[in-house]
Amino acid sequence: MLAIAGTVPSEGFPLISGKISLENNHIRIGDEGVSVNRGTTALMAAAIKTAETLGQPAPCGYLVGDIGRGKGSRHLYKYLTGQLPQSNFQTLTFHYLQPIVDWHEHLQLAIDEMKERPTLIADAGFMYAAKMSGKASQYDLFTPDIGELAFLADEKAPHPFYTRGFILHDENCVPDLISRAYSHNNAARFLLVKGSQDYLANREGILETVDNPVEEALEAMGGTGDTLTGLVSALMDSGMAIKEAAVVAMKTNRLAGHYAKPTPASQVAEIIHQIPKALLEVLEKRG
Amino acid sequence: MSLFSFSRDKQKQGTPGDNGNADRGIMVFEHTSEVIQAENILKKEGWEIRVMGPPPEIQSGCDLIIEFPLIEELNIFRTLEEKGIPPLDMVPVTSPLLQPVDLFQIKDFGGHLMVRAANMKLTVEKASGNIVNVSGGGCPDVPYLAYEMVGQTLTSSPSPREIGHTLCGYALQLAFEEVQRQCSP
Repeated sequence: MLAIAGTVPSEGFPLISGKISLENNHIRIGDEGVSVNRGTTALMAAAIKTAETLGQPAPCGYLVGDIGRGKGSRHLYKYLTGQLPQSNFQTLTFHYLQPIVDWHEHLQLAIDEMKERPTLIADAGFMYAAKMSGKASQYDLFTPDIGELAFLADEKAPHPFYTRGFILHDENCVPDLISRAYSHNNAARFLLVKGSQDYLANREGILETVDNPVEEALEAMGGTGDTLTGLVSALMDSGMAIKEAAVVAMKTNRLAGHYAKPTPASQVAEIIHQIPKALLEVLEKRG
Repeated sequence: MSLFSFSRDKQKQGTPGDNGNADRGIMVFEHTSEVIQAENILKKEGWEIRVMGPPPEIQSGCDLIIEFPLIEELNIFRTLEEKGIPPLDMVPVTSPLLQPVDLFQIKDFGGHLMVRAANMKLTVEKASGNIVNVSGGGCPDVPYLAYEMVGQTLTSSPSPREIGHTLCGYALQLAFEEVQRQCSP
């Protein structure tokens, strides 16, 4: 089973874990409902739609409120550190959490205690913590955008805010940035880089690129990276190999974006609705 | 005064992953008395901070510095600014000479303009000045900032500096200022 851990932008939102579902553009977990339009809930919604389409069970979620003060994130880190050794997930995806190196270390120890090591996916703040801790290579997949890739490539930067200017955030530099991230051991086993062209890479170099269909407006839309991470998480959890899951996810996310007919003002829920149609089409073409 | 105006004269070696301080920052003040005041304020508010001696790279302020959680730089700076004792400089422990991002990528969609600073992107409708999207980023205040800013205009929106808490919030502030500059007549 897939478990997804992250935060929601509300200080009063309690720590809740359990099965997640999608109703009227809201993630339902416990007695709570949260809009899917941003962050971890967009990732969860994409994973739910993907799992449904594949006939897989709904993922499990761990959510807590945090607006950037870090209190909720610390609470969730602590909770997961206690819970994970007794749990039995095949895939774990960590998302919008305050990047705190100490807590990342505790969580790694808890994962080491699990009976079987799950496939580990990191995006957003948790990916920053994984890089800062020097433990990036313990992860199976990171899903950075171009700005975050530049951060992974800069061995000195403790956060994307401090990425040095000579490491240009330019799409033309993606192969160099990937190579630089691996040479400093700041990348996961695989990197799925989101951009006007999507890349799958590992230490050997770029394995696949997907650049079709093109919807330039998607670059401006918040949450399109979250949906991609949700897609690839659910596909990997269904048993698909990372390379295949990444290619299917890249194609599906782009196609769902295309079907949503986006403008720079579109919201990500419009893409999430298109995921089943796009995924079926991609799977059918794959044969 | 600029947050990052402190002089820098030496290069330090080290990578974020090679010690236990990768997510810590250093605050430099003009006088020791300010360090003591800042320590009292921040400890009272529950932050995990330490008063220490400065590394050689930044020995030109007073002889004490405060180590703090770097990610929460924006929140801590705002707290001290409100109390009238903003630090001279705030820099990463692992590489005190690093500068914040100062490059912007600008994309013109015709009716909309997008500015990216580091990992944060802000998109506005040019005719109305409406903020239509916030994307990128990884700290938990990003979805919160998006919720508060999207749908507002550049003049009515709260600034990330006012309501953000983290370095992602700070990067969004830079994008916000650049969009304002680009859209000003």
